[in-house]
Amino acid sequence: MALIEVDRLRHCYRVGGGLVWALEGVSLTIKRGEFVAVIGPSGSGKSTFMNILGCLDSPSEGRYRLNGVYVGGLHHDELAAIRNRNIGFVFQSFNLLPRASALENVELPLVYRRMWAGERRRAALAMLARVGLADRARHTPAELSGGQQQRVAIARALVTEPLLLLADEPTGALDSQTGLEIMAIFRRLNGEGLTIVLVTHEAEIAAHADRIVAFRDGRVVSDTPVVQQARSLGNARHLSLAYNNVR
Amino acid sequence: MLGIIIGVAAVVVMIAIGVGARERIAAQIRSLGANLISISPGSAKMGSVRLGAGGAPRLSEEDAAAIGMEIPGVVVAAPLLHAREQFTIGSTNWQGVLRGVTPEYFSAREWRVIAGQEMTPEDNKRVANVVLIGTTMREKLFGKADPLGAAIRIRDVPFTVIGLLERKGQSVWGDDQDDIALVPLRTARRQFIGTSRANPTFVHNITVKFADWASAEDTMAAIRQLLWQRHRLRTGQEDSFMVSNLAEAANVEGSTTRVVSLLLSAVASISLVVGGIGIMNIMLVTVTERVREIGLRLAVGARRRDILAQFLVEAVTLALLGGILGAAIGTVAAIAVGSLAQWPVIIDLSAVMLAIGFAAAVGVFFGYYPARKAARLQPIEALRTE
Ligand SMILES: Nc1ncnc2c1ncn2[C@@H]1O[C@H](COP(=O)(O)OP(=O)(O)OP(=O)(O)O)[C@@H](O)[C@H]1O
Ligand SMILES: [Mg+2]
Repeated sequence: MALIEVDRLRHCYRVGGGLVWALEGVSLTIKRGEFVAVIGPSGSGKSTFMNILGCLDSPSEGRYRLNGVYVGGLHHDELAAIRNRNIGFVFQSFNLLPRASALENVELPLVYRRMWAGERRRAALAMLARVGLADRARHTPAELSGGQQQRVAIARALVTEPLLLLADEPTGALDSQTGLEIMAIFRRLNGEGLTIVLVTHEAEIAAHADRIVAFRDGRVVSDTPVVQQARSLGNARHLSLAYNNVR
Repeated sequence: MLGIIIGVAAVVVMIAIGVGARERIAAQIRSLGANLISISPGSAKMGSVRLGAGGAPRLSEEDAAAIGMEIPGVVVAAPLLHAREQFTIGSTNWQGVLRGVTPEYFSAREWRVIAGQEMTPEDNKRVANVVLIGTTMREKLFGKADPLGAAIRIRDVPFTVIGLLERKGQSVWGDDQDDIALVPLRTARRQFIGTSRANPTFVHNITVKFADWASAEDTMAAIRQLLWQRHRLRTGQEDSFMVSNLAEAANVEGSTTRVVSLLLSAVASISLVVGGIGIMNIMLVTVTERVREIGLRLAVGARRRDILAQFLVEAVTLALLGGILGAAIGTVAAIAVGSLAQWPVIIDLSAVMLAIGFAAAVGVFFGYYPARKAARLQPIEALRTE
C-alpha cells in the first residue's frame, strides 16, 4: 500500500525579483516499509523535496498524498498534527534545543500531544534506550558527541511512533564510522517496519537503502532497487551505475 | 522591566495612600461625632455691611436652646465659648485651647470621659472652677502623674481637674483635638471671655447634632430660617452666621488626597505603558534569537497557538516578576511615605494583588504582538535561519 504519492510536484523559490524552480515535476510512489535513498548533486532539489514530504513546506504545484490524505489545502493546525503524529524528521545539523537535556529533547514532540509528564518521560527514556543512549538522558547536547546528538535527534523523531522517517543528510555532519552506526540504526528500524526516506551524498550510505532515487535539476533521473548482494559488497558496481546515471 | 516595577510600585503606593486617606477621613468624621452641624457667627462677605453692634458675636445661649427645642430632627444643640489660655501647674506652663461648654456638648460630640467625673448642669449653674482635660494636655501638664483631683491654674485662676477626656486624634484640619481643656460655659464666660452688654449670653459657636443624615439639608435650612427670625433679618440681608455640615467639610478636605492619588495614577499608567513597551522589545529580541527553536518546535508538531501560548507565558512571567518586585518596592515606599510625611497609609493585600494583576495584564497585552509574530513563522523558513 502506498504511503507517499506525489504527482507532478513543482516548487519554486522567490529570489530577488525572479523565481527559481527547485522542483520541476516530480512524480513518485513510496510504499509502506520501503527504505529509499535520495541522491543527486548539490542544488538538485533533494532538500526541497524532503521538506514537502515532511509537510514543512507546501509545493507550488502538484499533489502530495500521505497515507491516503491529500495534504494540500489542509489547515495549519492539521499540518501540525500530521507532523506530530505521522512524520519524524532528522536534520543534518541535529537541531536539538541546546539548553534542554537529551531526555527533554526527546520528550518535545510529546509535549504537543498533551501527554502526561510521567508517560512522556517513560516513552522518551524507552526511545533513548533503543538508540543506545539510556545512560546519557541527563546530558545536554553540548555534552554529547555528534553521533550521540544525532541519535538523540533520531529518538526525538521516533518517539511519536510515526509512519514515516525523513532524514536529510543525517550523516553529513558525522565521520564515516559514526555515519555507519547511524545507518545500522536505520536498517534496524526499517527491519521493524518503519518507512524511511533519506537524502545522502555518500554512495556507501545510499547502499544501505532498498531503493535509490536520483535527482538532477529538479527531476527524478533514475529510480533503482538495490540488490542484496550489492549492499553486502558495499561499493557495488550497481551503485556506481546509479551514480554514473546522475553524473 | 523598570517601567513595570515603577508602575506597580506607584499603584501600590497610590492605593495605600488612597485607602489610608479614606480611612483617616472616616476616622475624623467619627471623631467629630457623626451628623454634626456647626453654627458660627458669620464674617459677612466682602463689601457687605456687617451686622451686629460693634461686631459683637450674634449667637446666644438662647439661640442654642431654641434650636434644640423647636427644630425637629435636632438631637441636641450645644453652645460653646473658646479661647487660648495659659495653663500652669507648679513650674510647668502650657498654651492650649480652652472651651466653655455645657453637658450637651459631650453628647453632641460623642465625647466620653474615660476617668473621673463628667460635667454636670450643676457645675455650670454654680460656675464651678472645674476642668476636664484631653490626653495631650494631660501629658504636657502632668506627664505620667495622675491628674484627677489636681489643682491647676488657668490664667492664674485655680481649677480642679475632675475628668480625663477620651482621645480624639487629629482633626480634619490637622490640629490636635486632645490639646484641650473643657470648663463649664458660664465659668468660661465669667473668668476668661467676659460679656457684652448687647448680647449678655453670647456664644462663639453652636454645635448641633441631628438625627438623620438624609435630612441634613432640611435641618440646616430650618436652623437658618429660625436664626433669621430670631435675629430679625430682612430678606436680602446677609446671614450673620454660618451653618455648615462638618462631615461635608471633611470630605472636601479629602480632595487633596484625591489629587495625590490622581497624580500617582498618572505616573502608574505611564510607567506601566513604558514597561509594557519594554517587555514587547525584550520579547521581540527573544523571538528573533530563537527563530530556529520555533522552527524546530513547529517541525515536531507544535501548533501556532502552542507557540503563541509559550511566548505569552514568557512575557507574563517577565511582567509578573517586575510586578512582584514593584509591589515589594511599593510596599516599602508606602510605609516610608507613611512614616516620613505623616501620611496615613494602609497596605491592603488585595490592592497589592490587584497591582500585580495589572502587571500580568500588561504582559499579556504587550506580549501578544511578539508572540503572534513567533506563531506566524513558517516552519521551513524558521529552520533555515541561522
Ligand atoms: N530558501 C531558498 N530560497 C531560494 N532558493 C532556494 C532556497 N532553498 C533552495 N533554493 C534553491 O533551490 C534549488 C534546490 O535546492 P535544494 O536545497 O533543494 O537542493 P539540494 O539538492 O538539497 O542541495 P544540497 O545537496 O546542496 O543540499 C537550488 O538551486 C537552491 O539554490
Ligand atoms: Mg539539501
